[in-house]
Amino acid sequence: MSAIKLNVEGLNVRFVNGQKETHAVRDVSFTLGREKLAIVGESGSGKSTVGRSLLKLHPPSARISAKAMAFGEIDLLSASEKAMQKIRGQRISMIMQDPKYSLNPVVKVGDQIAEAYLAHHKASRSDARERVMQMLEQVHIRDPKRVYNLYPHEVSGGMGQRIMIAMMVITRPEVIIADEPTSALDVSVRQQVLSVLEELVEQQQMGLIFVSHDLNLVRNYCDRVLVMYAGRVVESLAACDLQYAEHPYTRGLLAALPSMDNRRVHLPVLKRDPLWLTH
Amino acid sequence: MNANLSSIDSTAKRQVERTPGSSFDALCRSGVRILRHLLRNPMTLAGLLVALLLIVVATFAPWIATHDPVAQNLANALQAPGAAHWFGTDEYGRDIFSRLVYGSRITLYIIALVTVIVGPIGLFVGTVSGYFGGAVDTVFMRLTDIFISFPSLVLALAFIAALGPGLEHAVVAIALTSWPPIARLARAETLSLRNADFVVAVELQGATPARIILRHIVPMCLSSVIIRLTMNMAGIILTAAALGFLGLGAQAPLPEWGAMISTGRRYMLECWWLVAVPGAAIMLVSLAFNLLGDGLRDILDPRSE
Amino acid sequence: MPMIQAHALNLSFGTGLALNQVLHDVSLSVADGESFGLVGESGSGKTTVLRCLAGQYRHWHGELSIAGVPLQHKIPKEHFRKVQMVFQDPYGSLHPRHTIDTALREPLIIHGVGDKDDRIDEILRKVGLNDSFRFRYPHQLSGGQRQRVAIARALILQPRVLLLDEPTSALDVSVQAEILNLLTDLRQQEKLTYLMVTHDLGVVTHLCDRVAVMQQGRIVELMDSQGLSQDLATHDYTRMLVQASRDFSQESERRQIG
Repeated sequence: MSAIKLNVEGLNVRFVNGQKETHAVRDVSFTLGREKLAIVGESGSGKSTVGRSLLKLHPPSARISAKAMAFGEIDLLSASEKAMQKIRGQRISMIMQDPKYSLNPVVKVGDQIAEAYLAHHKASRSDARERVMQMLEQVHIRDPKRVYNLYPHEVSGGMGQRIMIAMMVITRPEVIIADEPTSALDVSVRQQVLSVLEELVEQQQMGLIFVSHDLNLVRNYCDRVLVMYAGRVVESLAACDLQYAEHPYTRGLLAALPSMDNRRVHLPVLKRDPLWLTH
Repeated sequence: MNANLSSIDSTAKRQVERTPGSSFDALCRSGVRILRHLLRNPMTLAGLLVALLLIVVATFAPWIATHDPVAQNLANALQAPGAAHWFGTDEYGRDIFSRLVYGSRITLYIIALVTVIVGPIGLFVGTVSGYFGGAVDTVFMRLTDIFISFPSLVLALAFIAALGPGLEHAVVAIALTSWPPIARLARAETLSLRNADFVVAVELQGATPARIILRHIVPMCLSSVIIRLTMNMAGIILTAAALGFLGLGAQAPLPEWGAMISTGRRYMLECWWLVAVPGAAIMLVSLAFNLLGDGLRDILDPRSE
Repeated sequence: MPMIQAHALNLSFGTGLALNQVLHDVSLSVADGESFGLVGESGSGKTTVLRCLAGQYRHWHGELSIAGVPLQHKIPKEHFRKVQMVFQDPYGSLHPRHTIDTALREPLIIHGVGDKDDRIDEILRKVGLNDSFRFRYPHQLSGGQRQRVAIARALILQPRVLLLDEPTSALDVSVQAEILNLLTDLRQQEKLTYLMVTHDLGVVTHLCDRVAVMQQGRIVELMDSQGLSQDLATHDYTRMLVQASRDFSQESERRQIG
């Protein structure tokens, strides 16, 4: 791990709704270098909220506080909305779960990627087009010329997600936040997308934050894993050491996975300990 | 087995302590929730209060009115607003305040009758054509298209021309022109519900189409139809007033608000209250129903839950 | 006599140029009390088979029978007492404005079954929910609890066959384990026959005795789940699926041995 790209210390996110306050993220700290960092947890654990609050893409009802939230030299916490707009997309990109909802349905996909490029670079239309073609090739789309002119509803889920990746990577960001990028995809397509993402992350020396609920996938794909439970990081360890996880929550999740090779009549059920909420 | 209870899901957790004991109890709770929403939004509350005021005034008209609404007193004609006649008198010396109070009965009568006719017809046509689709849908929707292609006031005029002027005929005419939007709305809702898992689930339990529509689809359409009907009430009031103004609705000496404006306009320049008072009443009530409809949309829309 | 039998099942949507055949000569047979899995990617037609059997799609060609009774295109009410379905999305399969009690009462009313209150109490207990859930609305329950209600609703008519359409794919791992355990127990207690659709080989080998792999509307391979985990699959597509799920779970083998 080399230069630290992101440093988050004591991140807290609260959602305020009338008099109700939900403490969604509690005291989360981590650093991200040139690596693939996974944030795993169940729904409601706050894993997506962490990703979003890095880009300040949270709803207005959220209150964010942290001891430090630094992206290189920039303090994200105090950065103005204008400064954030420069960072978003250009230096930190985000890939969402379903490309269907992230692409504009009435604009050709190629033009959308070009738009993303032009938003952050001074270049002519034809240069941008050239770049898009290159990028589409890089995400292993076989016939970039044809795909450039397709509309989002004409591409399959896997190709859509690769197009999203192309769009997010074309600005050469330093950090990519991927929020469940493959959970809407079929198994065979999923691997394609993951390997494309991996290739780009290595080529361009990016840092990847991979938000997922899938322990099996994360175990083989990422370098480091943060396990979140109820807004708190309960365990942080190298992905290859996941089977030696110590926290009962992580162990419970691993044991609860049905497996092809180990058939059990009953799966062990996770017993939640209220202590996990405080320790 | 109850390990689930401790799940992180906060909504589930919040409800654990207070569990409703019966269907009625559960229903009451959602009622309370709606009321709380209502009280938090001042515009909606204002709309609701004016609508309630209309109902109260209409119900207790004889006790609220200071004079007989049809009693003429030519000596007192065209009096300006004052202590004896709060809103003045008209050209026959009738007390405008009392006419206004009694006129609310007519307004409410038209609103209620039209709504009662239009709601079920619209719901029936919309849900049936949305649920069955195919030929049923085509027939029902072309019929709706025919009605919707005429401007409502023109269609109402045509009906009254055929049936003759009168309050009941005005109600029928307004109802005939205002069900198509409701039917379209219900159809659109039904189409989106048609393939929802919970509708398929009851189908796969062997429920008859009538049961599916009545018990499962109509309750889901109901909130948007109620919102639409409430918004429509404003339009109904205006159409009724317009028909009254044209002399095609309620007949003299009935104190219908539109008719009051119509007869008052001859003296409008000297006696502004003849037109301004019923005009303000029409505006206030239709605005109130608009606000109420807007607020109901925020409260009843399932997407906001 | 097999519980579920399908022979040369064909189904298409649309007509003329827009004709789209989604099932091609699907044949399968599931014994009484067996648990059978259908595996495939989205669009492979696996859910469509389920919906034909449940009685939702009625314009299929071929032969279908449940417990030896051939399925007609006009489906008698009796059919729905034998076959029930559990849907994938626990958020969409319960009527948002009906309490749990209403949802469970509905099938009893449709089929004119008596002692409604006792039956509702009993079925709720069977799926691991207590009385306090009876008069709540679906939005007041968690995903796992809703799926339990959906299972209760399917079982309240005491069917012989339960069709499971990816019943756990929308749930978290820990909740998935609870639901899978519940399904295992219920099958034993109620002597049910399962036909489950899924894309997760881990889940299908856990719950099912035999597995059919579908691709583009055809069954391309049929084997028992033992064989699947022992790499006995011969079809390329099946091998790819096994490979894909192995890739991500190779470590688990080591962990469980160690």
